[in-house]
Amino acid sequence: MLKKKVKKKLEKIVGSENFLDSQQDLIVYSYDATPDYQAIPDAVIKPKDTQDVSEIVKVCNEYKVPIVPRGSATNLCAGTTPLEGGLVMVFNHMKDILEIDEENLTVTVQPGLITLDMIKAVEEKGLFYPPDPSSMKISTIAGNINECSGGLRGLKYGVTRDYVIGLEFVMPNGDVVKTGGKLAKDVAGYDLTRLMVGSEGTLGIITEATLKLIPIPETKKTMLALYDSLEAAGNTVSKIISNRIIPATLEFLDQPTIQVVEDFAKIGLPTEAGAILLIEQDGPAEVVERDIERMAEICNETGALSVQVAATPEEGESLTSARRSALSALARLKPTTILEDATVPRSKIAEMVREIETIAERNNVRICTFGHAGDGNLHPTCMTDARDKEEMHRVETAFEEIFAKAIELGGTITGEHGVGVMKSPYLSWKVGEAGVDAMYGIKQAFDPNNIMNPGKIFAKDTRKRVVVQQ
Amino acid sequence: MTVMNRKRKKQIVNDFQTKMDYDELLNCMRCGFCLPSCPTYIETDGNEAASPRGRIALMKAVVDGKMEPDKDFEDQLSLCLGCRACEPACPSGVKYGHLLEEARDILESKKKHSPPVKLLRRVVFDQLFPHQNRMRKLSGLMWFYQKSGIQKVARATNMTKIAGKNMSTMEKVLPPIPSPARLKNRPSFVKAEGAVKKKVAFFSGCLMDTMFMQTNDATLYLLKKANCEVVIPQTQNCCGALHAHSGEKDTAKELAKKNIEAFEDGEFDYIISNAGGCGALLVEYDHLLKDESEWKERAQAFSNKVRDITEILYEVGLPDMELNSQIVTYQDSCHLRNVMRTAAAPRKLLQLIKGVSYMEMKDADQCCGSAGTYNIIEQEMSMQILDHKMRNVESTKAATIVTANPGCLLQMKLGIEREGKKDNMRAVHIVDLLAEAVRKKEEEKQTV
Repeated sequence: MLKKKVKKKLEKIVGSENFLDSQQDLIVYSYDATPDYQAIPDAVIKPKDTQDVSEIVKVCNEYKVPIVPRGSATNLCAGTTPLEGGLVMVFNHMKDILEIDEENLTVTVQPGLITLDMIKAVEEKGLFYPPDPSSMKISTIAGNINECSGGLRGLKYGVTRDYVIGLEFVMPNGDVVKTGGKLAKDVAGYDLTRLMVGSEGTLGIITEATLKLIPIPETKKTMLALYDSLEAAGNTVSKIISNRIIPATLEFLDQPTIQVVEDFAKIGLPTEAGAILLIEQDGPAEVVERDIERMAEICNETGALSVQVAATPEEGESLTSARRSALSALARLKPTTILEDATVPRSKIAEMVREIETIAERNNVRICTFGHAGDGNLHPTCMTDARDKEEMHRVETAFEEIFAKAIELGGTITGEHGVGVMKSPYLSWKVGEAGVDAMYGIKQAFDPNNIMNPGKIFAKDTRKRVVVQQ
Repeated sequence: MTVMNRKRKKQIVNDFQTKMDYDELLNCMRCGFCLPSCPTYIETDGNEAASPRGRIALMKAVVDGKMEPDKDFEDQLSLCLGCRACEPACPSGVKYGHLLEEARDILESKKKHSPPVKLLRRVVFDQLFPHQNRMRKLSGLMWFYQKSGIQKVARATNMTKIAGKNMSTMEKVLPPIPSPARLKNRPSFVKAEGAVKKKVAFFSGCLMDTMFMQTNDATLYLLKKANCEVVIPQTQNCCGALHAHSGEKDTAKELAKKNIEAFEDGEFDYIISNAGGCGALLVEYDHLLKDESEWKERAQAFSNKVRDITEILYEVGLPDMELNSQIVTYQDSCHLRNVMRTAAAPRKLLQLIKGVSYMEMKDADQCCGSAGTYNIIEQEMSMQILDHKMRNVESTKAATIVTANPGCLLQMKLGIEREGKKDNMRAVHIVDLLAEAVRKKEEEKQTV
């Protein structure tokens, strides 16, 4: 519960219509897309501008009230769950495109803007913003920045961090900081822009962002290759990359995933195939043509059962948008769907896939795998039931083993979903105690009162996994 | 809305815990893919509580004992249009419509209405819609109202305005009601014009067979022209959709059973509906009766046969059609699109008409705000949605807005009336437009 005085001060800043604390409001801002995490905040607040944000933060810092900045709550590591109560800050009133600069090829936006709305707006001007997380239809730009979201085009074009060139953010003491700008080069001091990208709302509140755009590729072609196993598909991936071809998209799906996606999208996916690879190349027509042809050959050489090129761009689009539904479609199978995003160097993809299968078998759990094969970012997804405590324990063990294997292969515990609460017990596995200490030092320097999204990234206990906090 | 006392709250929680499908609630993995499809989420500028994900979380919170069912909760469920646009958008396949229906049924059964509302509900839900002869009588009265000059007097003396702005506009957009003699004399069989291509049964509906009788006649005319042999079982009655969506599930079940019986005999391939709202319940009779073992299979057999008229006409093929040159746009019926999953057939049919240039409107798949009785109960939100809809209609420059459900049709007419566009814009049911186009071409051939 917030003190009456605090509530009054906050209401004064945003107006009572933008301060919500009815039972209903608290329930619907108590979760994100992470299964089994739910925590009731004390209030929900909707700032109108940077000034509002700064004033709110000052009040919270004074009274030590936690703040959780929330976009559309599509988060998959419980990063936007208000575990320690406090304020959930939503950006419904801050969602404009401030400027599309066609001379510098940049776009400047407010935090609450929906990713896809921005992508569409810049594409109308012949410009391209590549990061395309599966949730882009509903995710917000600041949510993407805070998690450093990836997407299907990450292999060729990189991820959110590669496109954020300037930020305005509010420090936990209320100061407003501006970093970077419409600049290709800028080494004036520490790179605070990069520090903020992927900081999961633990260092400050992003209130404006300037993003780099590139010219939109002239053409695009999509291709589907069928395999009898995921491992065979994995071999093709390694071979494509070692042949010095970087496709725009290189995604794979295993059989159960193909089936549920087809159930939802009904676009005629080959449900009998053991695995499929979804390959896309974009660029000048002749390059696209040549690469697609060569990749088709490689598919055939490495054991593809068949290879089909989409006849039209619409057909290609329906394939990629079906792929984006994979995680949610898997939720059809069991009440609880737990997704991880362990990532390995792309040359190790086939080995990692094989290991996931062994781990699932050993722990007697059902794991489906899909993901961004081209950049080694896997999405092993476990279908389970949170009410079955014994099975949940086995699921936990299986994921621990997957993380351990990924790290052993030179990989990481999370490629694009963030640490949040879900992976905080494993952070030191990846970055070491010294790494965690360095990060914690930064956290303390920015946020000595620990008001910004507390309980995220840094775990109380390493290794022992936190599950089910219902 | 009534204020909830403690006893009622306790009863509601208890019913939520025993009746709500918890697996279905858990099936929502909260990915948020439904949000952009939800009209009330959009219209409230992104209020999570007014979204499908939010409403499911609220229902679950009541079951989990995390939240007391209060007036906010009841209002929030009432604000939902029940358009079910979130269902095709949901990769997890959550049956939101079923959850909503169950929740509303629980809230309704525990609710104490004020005496006038109670009386009105009993008259409408128990005494009127379930009885086709009474529907005919009511229509007869309305016919008398329109023909006798009372309508003119009522309008001139502003009597209609006393009923509220919406009702008075609604009164203006009602179609001309057929005379009692015509209402009584309905066909039970229609022969195909040529060699029989398909044998079908026609679900004539309660409102459709009275107030919108002209549309039913056009439907039968088109089926005949498409060489379908049509039987119209005489013992059928109202589909029960209005009841099911208003928390009157028991009556809906009774009506469903009568319809299943009425359509059980006879040789036909399909049961044809020409109203998206009815069709969507007909295809879900199996769900409605899922707990009644002796009906489950019979309901399944019934539901499997139900098709929208446009699906059949597109499949079987219509004679050549022509209309005066005009721009036409189509407003989806939510339940036709989201539950029956019919979206392509009506569009394709319209594009077959010579003279028609078809313009798809922005967000045609979004609810028009009619939503059964929604435009009366949640007037403010309904009109906000309608006004946005009319902007999208305008930018197509269409002279004709086509719909596939009587509720949507009246709502679009209301929109035209509100915009003062009556002289250069019209709203029609798709079968009326198709019939007009077939007839025109035929007349042309005869004069040549």
